[in-house]
Amino acid sequence: MMPSDCLTTYLIISLFLLILGIYGMVRHRTFIGMLISSEFIFNGASLNFMAFNRFLAPDPAVGQIFSLFIMGIAAAEAAVVVSLILMVHHKYRSIDPAEVHDLKH
Amino acid sequence: MIFYRYIAETLFFVFAALIFCGGLIAVRARLLMNAVLGLALSLLGMAGLFFHLGSQFLALMQVLIYVGAVCIIIAFGIMVGPRPKQEAEGRVVGRRNMLLAVSTCIAGLVLLTVTIVEATWVPAAVKSGDFSVKHLGENLLYQFCLAFELISVMLLTAIVGALIIANIGREEAGQ
Repeated sequence: MMPSDCLTTYLIISLFLLILGIYGMVRHRTFIGMLISSEFIFNGASLNFMAFNRFLAPDPAVGQIFSLFIMGIAAAEAAVVVSLILMVHHKYRSIDPAEVHDLKH
Repeated sequence: MIFYRYIAETLFFVFAALIFCGGLIAVRARLLMNAVLGLALSLLGMAGLFFHLGSQFLALMQVLIYVGAVCIIIAFGIMVGPRPKQEAEGRVVGRRNMLLAVSTCIAGLVLLTVTIVEATWVPAAVKSGDFSVKHLGENLLYQFCLAFELISVMLLTAIVGALIIANIGREEAGQ
């Protein structure tokens, strides 16, 4: 069987995206870097939905619609996070997550 | 016919390589702009995989929404935001924390890979196999109508909220 016709290949790729997102979330020391990493996690989930949709699901429309919803949520999240980053930058003069700790104590 | 099959297979590996390279660039980049470009590369590879999974519509939406909108928003955030010199690593991450993160990631990778390979997936007994946009649209407007409307309202709220938050930040900076 060709690799592109195999469910496991897609699951492994989406697993790679998930792990990459988590690793980037830890490694990046800016809010924007963390936002970029979170997009990878979203994409891993989306690919997972599409793969199960193609190989297992009875109705192939469901997975596509869920992936569309994920895209919509990711777009909304990016807009809100970027405006939050701008606000934090104006308030703290920094986008280092370690320096934003007013709610910590 | 088998010739075309091999071309499609080669393209699959090209798209997978795009995802891997883009992801590594995005995670390891020193400049944030390079990280965004890596993300865009990876998302283009994802669009190719969506083609392979039989959904041209989703592939086009992926290019339109993710590469076209989300990446541009992030790029704007980088350009409008902080210092001209955009170091992705402003602060050195502790070696111990890094080691912990890497070992956690590798453990997760191994565990989930074993689970995926070992699991037996059972396809549905009856599959319709209708990947057309018409079928998708009908489902979106009948069965998933409520979710569709909720997503629209959420997008509107997010946009208005983003505008208000950015405005508050500007007013506070002006004082």
